[in-house]
This record gives sequence, C-alpha cells and structure tokens, in this order.
Amino acid sequence: MADLSTARQQQVVATSPVLRQLPPASRFVLRGGPQALVAAVGALGLPRSDSPCRAVRNDGRAALWLGPDERLLLGTADAAGETESLLQRALAGMPHSLVEISHAQGAFELRGARAATILNTGCPLDLDSAAFPVDMCTRTVFAKAQIVLWRTGAETFRVETARSFAPYVTKILALAACEAMS
Amino acid sequence: MLLIDCPYCGARPELEFVYGGQAHVARPRNPAECSDEQWADFLYWRDNSRGVHAERWRHTHGCGQFFNALRDTTNDHFLATYRVGEAAPALERVARPRT
Amino acid sequence: MSATFRAASGGRIDRGRPLHFRFDEHDYTGFAGDTLASALLANGVHLLGRSFKYHRPRGILAAGAEEPNALVTVRRDGARVTPNLRATQVELYQGLEAQSQNRWPSLELDLGAVSGLLSPFIPAGFYYKTFMWPRNAWQRLYEPKIRAAAGLGRAPEEADPDTYSSRFAHCDVLVVGAGPAGLAAAAAAAASGARVILCDEQPELGGSLLSEATVHSEAVIEGEPADRWMANTVRTLAAHPRVTLLTRTTAFGYFPHNLLGLNQRLSDHLARPDSGQPRERQWQVRAKEVVLATGAIERPLVFPGNDRPGILLAAAARTYLNRYGVLAGSRAVLVTACDAAYQAALDLHRAGISVKAIVDVRSGSADGVLPEAARRAGLPIETRSTVIGTSGRLRVSAVRIQRLDASGVPAGPARRMGCDLVLMSGGLTPSVHLFSQSRGKLAWDESLGAFLPAQAAEPVRSAGACRGVFSLAAAVQDGTRAGLAAAQSAGITVAAAIAQMPPPETSAVGILGALPLPRGIRTGKAFVDWQNDVTSRDLALAAREGFRSIEHVKRYTTTGMATDQGKTSNINALAIVAAELDKAMPQVGLTTFRPPYTPISFGSFAGFARGELFDPVRTTPMHDWAARHGAVFENVGLWKRARYFPRQGEDMHAAVARECLAARGHCGLFDGSTLGKIEVVGKDAATFMNRMYVNAWTSLAVGRCRYGILLRDDGFIYDDGVVARTAEDRFHVTTTTGGAAGVLALMEDYRQTEWPDLDVWLTSTTEQWAVIAVQGPSARRVLEPLLEGIDISAAAMPHMSVARARICGVPMLLMRVSFTGELGFEVNVPADFGPAVWQAIYDSGQKHEIAPYGTETMHVLRAEKGYIIVGQDTDGTVTADDAGLSWAVGKSKPDFLGKRALQRPAFASPYRKQLVGLLTREPQCVLEEGAQIVSTPQRAAPEAAIGHVTSSYYSASLGRSIALALLRAGRARMGETLYVAMPDGDIPVQVASPIFYDPQGSRLNG
Ligand SMILES: [Zn+2]
Repeated sequence: MADLSTARQQQVVATSPVLRQLPPASRFVLRGGPQALVAAVGALGLPRSDSPCRAVRNDGRAALWLGPDERLLLGTADAAGETESLLQRALAGMPHSLVEISHAQGAFELRGARAATILNTGCPLDLDSAAFPVDMCTRTVFAKAQIVLWRTGAETFRVETARSFAPYVTKILALAACEAMS
Repeated sequence: MLLIDCPYCGARPELEFVYGGQAHVARPRNPAECSDEQWADFLYWRDNSRGVHAERWRHTHGCGQFFNALRDTTNDHFLATYRVGEAAPALERVARPRT
Repeated sequence: MSATFRAASGGRIDRGRPLHFRFDEHDYTGFAGDTLASALLANGVHLLGRSFKYHRPRGILAAGAEEPNALVTVRRDGARVTPNLRATQVELYQGLEAQSQNRWPSLELDLGAVSGLLSPFIPAGFYYKTFMWPRNAWQRLYEPKIRAAAGLGRAPEEADPDTYSSRFAHCDVLVVGAGPAGLAAAAAAAASGARVILCDEQPELGGSLLSEATVHSEAVIEGEPADRWMANTVRTLAAHPRVTLLTRTTAFGYFPHNLLGLNQRLSDHLARPDSGQPRERQWQVRAKEVVLATGAIERPLVFPGNDRPGILLAAAARTYLNRYGVLAGSRAVLVTACDAAYQAALDLHRAGISVKAIVDVRSGSADGVLPEAARRAGLPIETRSTVIGTSGRLRVSAVRIQRLDASGVPAGPARRMGCDLVLMSGGLTPSVHLFSQSRGKLAWDESLGAFLPAQAAEPVRSAGACRGVFSLAAAVQDGTRAGLAAAQSAGITVAAAIAQMPPPETSAVGILGALPLPRGIRTGKAFVDWQNDVTSRDLALAAREGFRSIEHVKRYTTTGMATDQGKTSNINALAIVAAELDKAMPQVGLTTFRPPYTPISFGSFAGFARGELFDPVRTTPMHDWAARHGAVFENVGLWKRARYFPRQGEDMHAAVARECLAARGHCGLFDGSTLGKIEVVGKDAATFMNRMYVNAWTSLAVGRCRYGILLRDDGFIYDDGVVARTAEDRFHVTTTTGGAAGVLALMEDYRQTEWPDLDVWLTSTTEQWAVIAVQGPSARRVLEPLLEGIDISAAAMPHMSVARARICGVPMLLMRVSFTGELGFEVNVPADFGPAVWQAIYDSGQKHEIAPYGTETMHVLRAEKGYIIVGQDTDGTVTADDAGLSWAVGKSKPDFLGKRALQRPAFASPYRKQLVGLLTREPQCVLEEGAQIVSTPQRAAPEAAIGHVTSSYYSASLGRSIALALLRAGRARMGETLYVAMPDGDIPVQVASPIFYDPQGSRLNG
C-alpha cells in the first residue's frame, strides 16, 4: 500500500516578484476562556499577550489574536503533532476547543515598499504603519474574500486565506502588484 | 460605507460586519410557556425607529463577535457600541458627534 | 486647417507639441495642454452638437465639468467608444477621434431641426401629456423614436477591453479641489504634519488660478504673483512624503462617515496607453476630516436666443484665452450682472479682441473697480440695458440690445449689434454638491443670492468660493484656515494660529432667474437648461399648471435631469419658479444633490470584479483530477462542482444513467468536499447541539452518526446534514454546501447571545477536509486494501458510524454514511492529501468497475431514495413533518430551535403541503421541476394549484421517471391520479411514496 503522507499538495496560487506562496504550515484554531488561552500561549513558549489584534511569535511558532476567545496558532508543517500534544497536556481540565485547520488555509507573503498599497486594492483597512503596526493581525476582507492579515515586518505582510479563495485573492494581488510597479 | 466601532477591535469598515437586527430581543427562557401572541411578538415584531435604534452587529470578518450599537437612523451616526450582556448606555451620556 | 484663432503667445499649452486630431470628418491641429473644446475653438469650430429636444445648433458654453452642450463621443477602436463626454474635459492627444452627437445626417444640416419648427407644440410635460396612451405604443413606438431623435451618444456594443482598478485609502485631511483655497488648505494641513490627500478633476493642480493670465497678470497671493505662488505650493506639496496628489481625479460621491468616492482617470489622456495599464482607478477614501474647496460655477443669463454657438460664459471665454491662448471670437459683446465678468472683457480687449459693448443688466451705474478699469480702457458700457434677442444660424452674428426703463423692463428702441462672440455672466453659484451629498444642510444667503453650506453632518469644512468667499486673497486665507482647523480636528497639534472664518462676499451678487422681457412682443426661447432644452417659459408653465415644489417642477419639465445634473441651470430654474409663485427661494426648496458629481463609467465601479474575477471561483482539492477526466462542472454557490463525467459520445442523460448504474451496481466515487463542516467542541457540546438541532444528541454514542435537522425558530427547515460524534465533547457537523456560512453564523449567534454560559466553541473545518464518497456494493472492497488500523466490516463499522484511522498513511476521519441508499463511506482526509488519496481509491476501484460521478447523478440517486435537498425540496415554508422527517425530531426534549413554533395549530393541519412521490402514467415522461399540480383535468375555469414538483429525474435503475413534489394533504392522497399542468396539456401522475428504490433500506446495511 502506498504511503501518501508526503503527497501534500497545496492550492496553487498566482505569484509575482512581490508575492510568494509560503510553505505548508500547521494551523490550529484555539477557542476558550482567558485561562486556556493564556496557558496555551505559555505552553508553546510564546510571550504572553492579551492585546487585541496582535500576534506573538518566536522561532517557528506564532499565536494570532483573532477574537477575544480565539487564537490562530501557526507552526511549521511538521509541528502539528507536537502542538496538539503540548496543548492537550497544558489545557487539561480547562474548557477550550482545539481544532486543526492546517490544510484549510493557504498562506502567502507580500513584500516591498508598495505592499500596503497593493493590499489596499481590495482591503479596506488603514495599513499605515501607525494604524497597522508590525505584528498587528486581524481577520478582514480582501475584495470578496475573507483573509487573515498579519504585518510581519515594516514592509512584509502574511496573508492567510481559505484554500479555495487563494487563487482569487492572489490573482487580484498579482494584478495589483503589476499595476503598482508600473 | 459606515465606520463601526467594534468594542473589541476598534473602528472598522462596514464591509467587515453583518447587521443583526434589533438588539435586546431576548429569546424567551421557556418558549413552551409562551402564548402564540408572545411567541409571534418575539419572532416577528420589531421597532422601526426614526431616531436612536438599538441594534445588533456582528464583526463577522473580524473578531467574530456580536455586539450592540445605538445608531441614529436619521443620519447613520453611531452614538455608542457595547458588548453583548451590557445594558444600553443612557442616551444623555453618549457623546454626540460634532455637527 | 490652420489654427487661426490662437493668440500669439500666452497660455499653458505647449506650442512646441502640435497634436493632430479629428472631429467628425475633419482633421485639425491643436497643442499639448489643449482640451478638445479649446482646440476646436482655436480652429474656429463653434458648432458641436444639436440640442436634445429642438435640435438647435449648440456650441461650447463653459470650460469645465459644468458644460451642458458640448457632448462628444470619443472613439479609439470598435470597443473603446465613450459617449457623452464633455469636450471641455477631454484632453487632447495625438490622433484623438471625436464625433458630435445628436445630429443626422450631419451637424450642419440636421433634419431633426424640423422639430424646432414644431417647437411651440412641445411645451413642458409634452411627452407625458402626449404619449400616455396606449401604453403599448409608448414602449414600442414613441419611446424608441424619441430616444433616436433625442439621442445622447450610443453605448459601445462590444465588451469593454480596458481594465479598471480600485484602492482604499485613509488620511487625516482630504482636500477636494486644488484651486487657491484647496492648495492653501492642503499646504497648511501638510505643514502641520497631517496625512493629506488633495484631489482635483483637472490634469493640473491650480483650479481657477490656471485661468489667470500667464502674462501681465495682476493676480497676487501672499505678495507673490499668483502663478509663482501656485507653482511653489504645488512643488512643496509634491515633495511632502505624507501628501498624495491626485490629478484627473473627481470626488464624485460623499458617503456616510466621511467616505468619499474618487474617480481617477489614468490613461484617457494618452495617445497610446500601455497595455495592461488600468484606464481608471476608483478610490474609496476614508478621511478623518474633509475640506471642500470645490469653487463656484458661473450662471448663464436667461435671455431670448441665449443658446447660439458663440455665446459663452464670461469666465469660460477668459479661461480659453488665458489658459489655452484661444481667441473665442473677434468681436465680442459682454452681457453681465456682476462686476467680476468685466475682467473677461478687459483680458479679451488686451488680447486684441474688439469688445463691442458691455451690457450691464443691473439697475446700478456700474462704478466698481473693474467697470472703472473697463471705462479707462475705452470699452463701451451700456448700463441698465439688456439683450432681448440674438441672431445667427450656426453661430451668433448679432444681439439686440434694449435699455431698461425705470421699472426694469426693456423699452424704447432696440439696437442691433453685430458680433461673433457673446460673453454672459449672471454671477457665481457656489458648488455645494458634495457638501449637500454629505447630508449637510444648506442655507439660503439672501445678500449673496446663493445657497451656502450651513450645518455639517460629517467632519467637513468648506473653503473659498464654494462657501461664497470669492476673492483670491480671501479664498487663500480661508483655505489656510480650513486646512489648519481640519488638521487640528484630526488630532494633530497645530502650531500656527487659526484665523477666523471670513464672511461670504456680497460684492459678487449677480442676477437670478430670467432677464426681463419687453412687453407685448413675442421673443425667442430663453434657455435655462441647455442640455434638456428647458426654457423659462416651460418653467413658468409648470408653475401655472400647479406644480409647487421644485422637485415636482424638475420631474415635470426635466430641468436639471440631464447628465450635467443642472450645474448651470438649477438656481436660475428655481428663481424663475419662485418668481412665478411669488415665493422666496428657500420656500420653493432646492432639489437634492446626489452622487455622482459627474458621470462615472461602469468600469470604474466594477474594478477588478469582472470576468473570472467577478466572484471568487472556489474549487475542491480534486478539481484538477475531475477536469482532467472530462468533468462538466456546474456552479453551486461560488463552488465549481463536477456535474457529470461524460465518456466519448455521451450526453448528460447517457452519462448520468451510466454513473447511476455503476454506483448501484458496483461502486461510485464522488467529491463531497464542498459540504460545510463545523467542529462543535466543549463540555457542553451535546447540550448546545440539543438546543440547536431537532434531534436527541445526548443519546448519540461516541463513534456514531445521525442525520440532523436544523430549524429556524419559526419552525421551518433551515438546513440538514450528517452529524458525527467523534468524542464525548466533540461533534463533527456537516451542512449543505450552500448553507455552511449561514449555519455557522446562526450557531454563533445563539452561542454568543442566548447561551453564553455554555462551554462550547465552533470552528469551521469545511476546507480542512477533502471528502471522498465511496458508494456502492463494492465500496468496502475498494477501500479495505488502503486502510490501516481499522476494521470496516459490517459488524465492526455499521451504517452511521465514524472512526479515525489512516488511509495510505494519511490521517483520516471515516464515516459510514450514504446519500445514495447503497453501502457507503465518506473518506475525510486533510485537503492537501485529497488528490493523492482520491487517485489511490480510484486505482483500487479499477477491478470493481469504479466510476466517478457528479452532482447530477448524486441528485438522481438521492431522489430515488426520497432524500430531500434543502432549498430544492424545501423552500423556507416546509416543516420537518411536511418533509416526512418527524421521526428525527426529539419530541421529549424541553426545547430546541423551532420547537415552540411546531405547536402552532397551523402546523398540525392535515392540509399542509407534504412531500410525496409522483409517477407519471407515461414512464418515459420526465416532469418539469416547478410545474404546478391540479386535481381536475381539462378545467373549465382556472384552478388553484395544490402542489408543485420539486425534483424530477429519469431513473435508469428503475427504467422510468420519478419525481418528488410538495402536495396539499399529500400523504392522504397515495394512489390518487392528479395532473401536472403544462402549456401543451396536462400530464397525469399518480401520487406515490417518495421512496422509489429499496424501500426497506436493506442495501444500506450491506
Ligand atoms: Zn471586532
């Protein structure tokens, strides 16, 4: 019997010099009360933070505040099992919900001085660095799709979108990038 | 496009929100004890205010939370937004926008 | 043709860059920096079109966005044809091709002008009065004829090949209009550190400053010549990192909460736009503060014959001279009601145009600074006089001047004055369009004779001419004041002192409404609205016929309803109606200003949302496999789903019949990935499910599945799907494809707002899983070789069970469920593994004659079993009992969504529509979905339908057609013969059980 566990096939997206697809990742949605959320971030070795719309990260892992009872936990693709077992141990007895969505979303990175302008083709948020500083993250919209937007650097954004919306979002971003560069 | 102050995330564009109808219409705790009239009242009858209206919004494409708002239906100004479970702020205490 | 009407020097055109262009069938030359209008005038072309109703010759009236007459069609190629452009705003480029509109067969010889001869018979409301009956004739006859005769430009017939872009932007201060006040406001706000966007509809910043003379200009700002101040200010702004300057950008709409729509034209001015460069970009700008510096528009004077080519607004003639170096004529008459227009006469005089007369229609003696300057320059001034008529066929050739008597009425001898250019000025109307769109209140300023911005409804300020501050120095001061105040209100610490608001200026008052006419003489038409051909007489007639509100007068006479939205005409129209009704202006009211300020292309609004990017196209992980295997797809919401997999030579009917037989006979493979999936997790998950769904969930054991039904609180079916309990505190809930988002939102609503005390959370996992349905008697044998860690024998894994295991080394959630009535499994694997696992199952199935099937076969298979599809067999008025599903309802539960509604007596009525099967008498006849059912054949009188067909297919397994229907008292009608009414006759049907295939359900348990 064939072992297909290496046959992971991400949704193909449009890329451009400023837009690249990020490698597969592990993703979990953690929902629960404040106690569980704090404990989880600690168990993953991440800095504690309750600030709305902010991400915390260390090497290879990140926790993104998506709502008062919701964090998106990102890690490398091979970290899914470890994340799950760490959290099961740390959260035992605390009400919470941990659901893996590693394959539900795709991620890509937009980079460069024009990155915010390109995103503003379809994203209605103020992406000025004063209004949307590094490590701000939020669910928002891009044209007719929902995305998770995380500013990972002064000129770098990570965009997460449901896998079936990825071609749509990246096609518009690629067009917008083309236009912004011309 | 309105600018709506999510009590969790701050001011965000209307594109991220879904309207949720009139606020403070609680589902009866024990529906079986409601008369048909009471049940119909809960299900179907809503205010159609000219002026301040307490209404629900959900920050669907944001933090996902439902919250309540006081909006003046004559000019779309929001007088206040507040979390589910909180009482509506007294009108004299909410700031009116500059005119 | 050589440009003979160009001044020897001056203007902002580039005389080193001649541009060749074509208007109608003639070639002309202009210069870079020209508009089509200025270039035509420079070539002596004044006749640009025919009027809407009377086909009168019309020329250029204005020099900007307010132009009502000079509408042209600009054509680049077959698809790139833009009608109804104002020639005054079309920038000239090499090779531009433009055509006049509304003329046949040619501009000079217009057969439609016959209607001009009939014009006494076309008064206000003529169309309404004449073409009311018969109704049919309006649609078939009159309306197309009127349109053809009236003809604005024609829309292009090919798809628009250009691309359009969009952008959201934010700023502290948005300044609309880059004239003196706007430049000053932007400069002041930017110097304070504000993030500023300055937009202007023109290709160059400067607004009215661009119309100042470039040589000998007396205009001075802050001690410098105005053009140097303008250049310096623009340079400073352009260098500022926090300032965005947008030229060719019209702020067309003011929406709630300080959101403004801007239309930026990126390539219309280019001879050869780069391929791929968007044509326009639509901005949605959210500004903390807005400064409107939108200027003012000069009012025409309403006198008989005021519409001939060669009659221009005074400021427009001045713009053509000073900005474009164009001499709009050689012998000019100025008719004016204000001092400011004298400047135009002075400028024209200095350029060598003979000013034959200045006719001042006011009662005073014209002794202001500018009239005195005109006198010193030797220009003949006729005070207390008016124009009572003009002549000239295709261009004005003379005016008739008459003195006003003591009562202000023209009397005494009329004098004919030959001329080829008439300038007119009735004064200035502040442009309050955007302020009014923002729901700000306007107030009538009696001393100025204008509506001015009063109470704001948004954080917005007006500055300069748009609030009646007309003089250059005052407008700049006012702009600085507004810019600083806006920055401060935006939260920025402003160092400079903020000046007081200067009051509006009353020296600029002109005249409103129609000029007086001589008594007892029939004069020609005096136009108020050039574009819709509305005269002062039409408006007076409307008032006499009883119209009182300006909104009604507008609709009756069509004044202000053309594409220019009455920019030059509204105030005059209002004044005429007010005078006729003997009311004050504010009592008659002002028509509402609505977006857009000028017409905006559809493309601008569509932006990227066209073609393949109109909507997201969602595909499943197995989409490419299906495409490679020839699948025909159908749209289900935003999803593309494989509908059927035709083999060589098969049509849909043949493919579906083969796929159905394969699934029933051997094994079918189906992509169910689009089904919605929600993970319901928490200690109170079962309680939550009990309250949401009708079923009893507490009794569902871990490892088991159940068919769940979700009602709304009104008792009607909202969604359904299989629910698997994968742990004590965890349910894997599936929903319909289309219902996924709605079900999650409904669940979140109740969770957050009704039962926040429950420990339960929801997460969408729709896209986490690729769902591969393996259905048919061979399903087990197809799967078994690929699995590890699980026994899927009938005993170990009965129908409606769920387990975690691995398939091909990949983690899997396996559900034994069936939407076909056959032995079936649904393999859920993480989406990225979907294609490989699908292929492995397909390969394994080869020896079992496995066949992929699509949604069409899925529909037939489920209909053979009487399984409903929510939204097809239900329509929002169907209860669980109506659908024959009352067995699923946990009746002993104290409450669930919709339970209370089920106690309503109406829901217990035996006459409700119930789900039944229908068998046609003729087995090969397939009913039409949606067809109506009646009980009597060959009805003498119409009969109310007692039901309708909801699903209908040909069943290859049964060798006949089947149908599902909602039928009144349906379950009590088993065996009855009814009739499906169709246009070509009734189709007799027999009412049957909705379960057509394997009614005992034994195949499920195979
Ligand atoms: Zn929020």
